[in-house]
Amino acid sequence: MSASTQTETETPAILKKVDPAPWEEPPLVLNNRSFGWVTEKICNVVESKTPAWWWWCFITALFVASFTGMGLVYLVSTGVGVWGNNNPVNWGWAIVNFVFWIGIGHAGTLISAVLCLLKQKWRTSINRASEAMTVFAVLCAGIFPLFHVGRVWFAWWLFPLPNANAIWPQFRSPLEWDVFAVSTYATVSILFWYMGMIPDLAVIRDRAKQRWRKIFYGILSMGWRHANNHWRNFEMAYLILAGLSTPLVLSVHTIVSFDFAVANLPGWHTTIFPPYFVAGAIFSGFGMVLTLLLPLRSVFGLHDLITQKHIDNMCKIIIATGSLVGYAYSMEFFIAWYGANSYEGFAFINRAFGNYWWSYWIMISCNVISPQLFWFRKIRENTPLVWIISIFVNIGMWFERFVIANTTLSRDFLPSSWGYYSPSIVDIFTFAGTFGFFSVLFLLFLRFLPLMPMAEVKMVMPQADPHGGKH
Amino acid sequence: MTKVMDIKYGLSATFNSAKDLFEAAGKVREEGFTNWECYTPMPVHGLDGQMGLPRSKVPCFTLAGGITGFCTGMLIVWYMNAFDYPLIVGGKPYFSPIYPFPVFYELTILFSAFGTLFGMFFLNGLPRHNHPVMEHPKFGKCGDDKYFIVIEVEDPKFDDDETQEFLKGVGGKSIIMIREPID
Repeated sequence: MSASTQTETETPAILKKVDPAPWEEPPLVLNNRSFGWVTEKICNVVESKTPAWWWWCFITALFVASFTGMGLVYLVSTGVGVWGNNNPVNWGWAIVNFVFWIGIGHAGTLISAVLCLLKQKWRTSINRASEAMTVFAVLCAGIFPLFHVGRVWFAWWLFPLPNANAIWPQFRSPLEWDVFAVSTYATVSILFWYMGMIPDLAVIRDRAKQRWRKIFYGILSMGWRHANNHWRNFEMAYLILAGLSTPLVLSVHTIVSFDFAVANLPGWHTTIFPPYFVAGAIFSGFGMVLTLLLPLRSVFGLHDLITQKHIDNMCKIIIATGSLVGYAYSMEFFIAWYGANSYEGFAFINRAFGNYWWSYWIMISCNVISPQLFWFRKIRENTPLVWIISIFVNIGMWFERFVIANTTLSRDFLPSSWGYYSPSIVDIFTFAGTFGFFSVLFLLFLRFLPLMPMAEVKMVMPQADPHGGKH
Repeated sequence: MTKVMDIKYGLSATFNSAKDLFEAAGKVREEGFTNWECYTPMPVHGLDGQMGLPRSKVPCFTLAGGITGFCTGMLIVWYMNAFDYPLIVGGKPYFSPIYPFPVFYELTILFSAFGTLFGMFFLNGLPRHNHPVMEHPKFGKCGDDKYFIVIEVEDPKFDDDETQEFLKGVGGKSIIMIREPID
């Protein structure tokens, strides 16, 4: 009070203190739902009778997944020549599919780890399904480099294990770094996903009626009993795993980008690759999260838990990362010109106007142009349209890896070694099948595991506040 | 039917909101009880302080895991590429802490993560599939929307009648004695 009188009498040049206008955050769970409602809603997905649509999707997914199975059996029994890889394009679709699937996984870790550290409470209702997506996407990714080695039964030579040849892995190779990065990423993602699920599995265990459920969920939940002492250690462990996963997720795509950037090839040998790959990975991952969650939201009626605010936030992250990726595309061109290296310059002109010009422009239109539509609220609120754009994002990001890998390899330093790469039918079916494989795993996840972290959703509800709103 | 014996485990009181439980927990601590526990459907903000619990020890396990991972990474690279089978690749040194950076970086994270998870299990005494508190007839509700405070018979200040009165006094509902069956 004395301050205000002082302001008026002695220092009239200073304006009166103005309190900021109160900003009402929209609630994260709509319609003022109770804890019981959340428990029922999420447990019901697992406990109710298997719906008919689930079986149809599951059978279709199994059928599609068999393409990968057949493709790999044919590859192993015949040889890696059944793929379209040639000289000079020795990598072909295998590396494209690998980087594509690994990138998809990154959004799950971003939501569960980075947004946790940043205290973004809206992450709670989408993090479990996104983490599941991460785990399954990494499994799909692993298939390609594993079989690309040719004699897959020797793939264990990649690991530092003693073998009959008495030789060891060569740790100066980026491909060896990949082995460590990707296997660590897969393991830590599974640990994080599983640990977060333990309290929810215990809830399902306590509600279980059938004997097999009691045993199955009983074993998985490790005897969790919701005690405060459990929560205390759990929360600390969760925070630490989030802190560990953040540098991990940034390092994984950085190391994946080293596969390219460490090679002395025009178009690959650039320092922009690590951040550009990480931004692209998050971009594609959020595309996939939207592709998966929007149908789930309407099938299971989760509109009160995955609200428009969630969709808005994800769309905004897509704008941000999509713009970063667009910036990286233009910066690559600028540096190719500014660096005055004729090979580098050619590589980029060739990317946009050379033998694979069509893939470059698919990439630009899907990755740079389509996410800009999310600036408009009308578009963000049109769920079917958001879903369609999210698929464009996925297509665009697959083409980005295709462009990077193939334009450079097919136009080598010497025109005498130039070539053109087209995938074989085996390539196409093996890749298409991974979507089936992914869907099989995701459908099993929906049927048997809690698709949202109940405890975490309850934590962001007003009832969880022990001080009754007076903080 | 054989007669099933049982032993008393503790007195349980139910609370309907996080606020009620939070206030009651403070009173239980002030009363001087030591063997007691709160059961809640989600972590309640600030309850550790209210119960007088120290910071969790999980980070010690993380650190131990991280150090193990870092040393393992450095050691395998040095042993394999510089000691057991030295090989010149690209004119680079046999061993340097720079080129295998991704290897020990990832192993540090991997072992830290294992340390964190298993440390959490160890500190929580898990897996433990049976526990007397699970004999509570409404145990499942504490994963849903109810909050329990359980004061164990073991507690030096425990007294059947007095503790029951005390729990009533702090606002506890449906106070029951949890009994663990033995045969």
